[in-house]
Amino acid sequence: MSGIGREKNRPLAVYAVLYLAFLYVPVLFLPVFSFNDSIYISFPLKGFTTQWYASMIGNEPLLAALGNSIRVALATAFISTLLGIFAAKAVTRYKMPGSRPVIGAIMLPLVVPEIILGTALLIVIMQAGGTLSLLTVTLGHVLLCVPFAMAVLMSRFEGFDRSMEEASADLGENAWWTFWRVTVPMAMPGITASFLLCFTISFDEFIMAFFLGSTDPTLPVYMWNQLRFPQRLPGVLALGSCILLISFFVIALAEYLRRRSSFNDETAKVTID
Amino acid sequence: MTDAFISLRGITKAFGAFKAVDDVNLDIARGEFFSLLGPSGCGKTTLLRMIAGFETPTEGDVVIDGVSMSAVPPHRRPTNMVFQSYAIFPHLDVAQNVAYGLRRDKLDKAEVAGRVGEALAMVKLSGYESRRSNELSGGQRQRVALARALIKRPKVLLLDEPLGALDRKLREEMQLELRTLQRSVGITFVFVTHDQEEALTMSDRVAVMSQGKPIQVASPRDLYERPNSVEVADFIGKMNFLPCRRLNGSGEAGEVEADGLGRVPVVNGAECPDVATLVVAVRPEKLSLHADEPAGALKIRCRMQNTAYLGDRSHYVVSVDGLERALAVSAQNADPEAARQLAGGASLWLSWAPDALIALPAER
Repeated sequence: MSGIGREKNRPLAVYAVLYLAFLYVPVLFLPVFSFNDSIYISFPLKGFTTQWYASMIGNEPLLAALGNSIRVALATAFISTLLGIFAAKAVTRYKMPGSRPVIGAIMLPLVVPEIILGTALLIVIMQAGGTLSLLTVTLGHVLLCVPFAMAVLMSRFEGFDRSMEEASADLGENAWWTFWRVTVPMAMPGITASFLLCFTISFDEFIMAFFLGSTDPTLPVYMWNQLRFPQRLPGVLALGSCILLISFFVIALAEYLRRRSSFNDETAKVTID
Repeated sequence: MTDAFISLRGITKAFGAFKAVDDVNLDIARGEFFSLLGPSGCGKTTLLRMIAGFETPTEGDVVIDGVSMSAVPPHRRPTNMVFQSYAIFPHLDVAQNVAYGLRRDKLDKAEVAGRVGEALAMVKLSGYESRRSNELSGGQRQRVALARALIKRPKVLLLDEPLGALDRKLREEMQLELRTLQRSVGITFVFVTHDQEEALTMSDRVAVMSQGKPIQVASPRDLYERPNSVEVADFIGKMNFLPCRRLNGSGEAGEVEADGLGRVPVVNGAECPDVATLVVAVRPEKLSLHADEPAGALKIRCRMQNTAYLGDRSHYVVSVDGLERALAVSAQNADPEAARQLAGGASLWLSWAPDALIALPAER
């Protein structure tokens, strides 16, 4: 049996390489051209420079956009994770009538096109007489992020032994203290993962930020604006490269935390049984 | 009973149409080691969880030390529990686990450390304060769970199959230790197990549960020697059952007519259940095998069918004329030569003491 798996399958290998190239080569152009000493994005490369990176440091509008993005992403991650915790605890701990349709409704933004959500939210906010600001952008991002937060947290909440919470009650703690002393610490890897995931989703989200934002752009919107000026393109590439790198590390960290926690539970279970 | 410390009054727990616990009335005395024994699904754990407050009875009331628990949530009950999975908090070390329940008592640091040290010493885990749950063996986790529950100085300690996950040797050790501990702290223990040997070893009294009801509540000795039904007799230890008929005018004589054995006395002759069909029950070790005809009146010829040598004792299967099912006999191998002789003998004698046979209602 194992011999079959080891046999070389050349067409499949070629397909895999092409597939990976299709996925990642365009992305790799970003860092490559961000070090190119020319404002034109074309081969052959002219020479190595870090000036595009250097120019970012003194760029006030860019730094302002970065600040906006960080604020929106932090707020989004915080609110989405908090809502996710409550929702995940509710659906995993209590038997409620209609909990399945409710989960479905919360998960819906995952499949509804963002442009529809964005337009719909814009109409609602306008009708309600609201003004567009970073606050409305955050609102849109929370809507997008809650399903992700829920998914991460639900698997975490389902994973741990219910008798932990019962033991806490048994030792004299009411529901509130049990939540803080047992549930939250035990779900912490999931909470961190959810926070980091929501942060990244919000940080590079464009459509909502574009539809629901005002004169204060977030970083993706700022970058999109810059694309109209060819001479600023290499600067955008440098910025993009930085975001790419940071996003990669944040997602890797989230995934590492998630895996490490589930691995720990696994070993704990094995030795108990 | 007026001196009942825990009183279960008409407790029923229904899950839909299924009654997990069915109208249970039980009284447990102060300081008693009380076991709920039964196969899985008999309702013993559900009953324990209702005493702890994790399940609410559909009907009935739990009274502890004279106080009705119906309106008391789990965190206010004078009970503490050792969970089957131990439920050691993985994000806390041993000392923090044991001290978990002390937060509400608002003790100062030194006092907490003192109490934790005391509790850990009691379960022989001194020096393990800074270990984490995943650095402990199953037996050590069980001790932490015990210390964590006992540090609260509960009126009642509830134990949900706490020894099930341990290997045999460790389990036997812990059985003795738990028993000693219970005597020294004087707390009422309610212990759930499916292991009859465990229940017999440790308990003052045992309730044998079946289908949501206790079918016999008695001391280990009485459960073994005087089971009140075929079900209990079958569940506790090994038992031979022989069809038999009540003799007319019984009561004073306490005799039955049993297949293969003829007219024999039964130990519970006077209170022998007055039902249509009876069986005679006899433990394998209460039957003795002889190569030559023994003295005494209670004996019968038999033939050896099968033997199993277990070292300290041997199990035999013998057949008796007029008896459909073969009888199991067990004997100590104090004299290996005699045992060998028995195993080789084709025609043997079977004898028993006058108090060896019990009459029970045949129908469950």
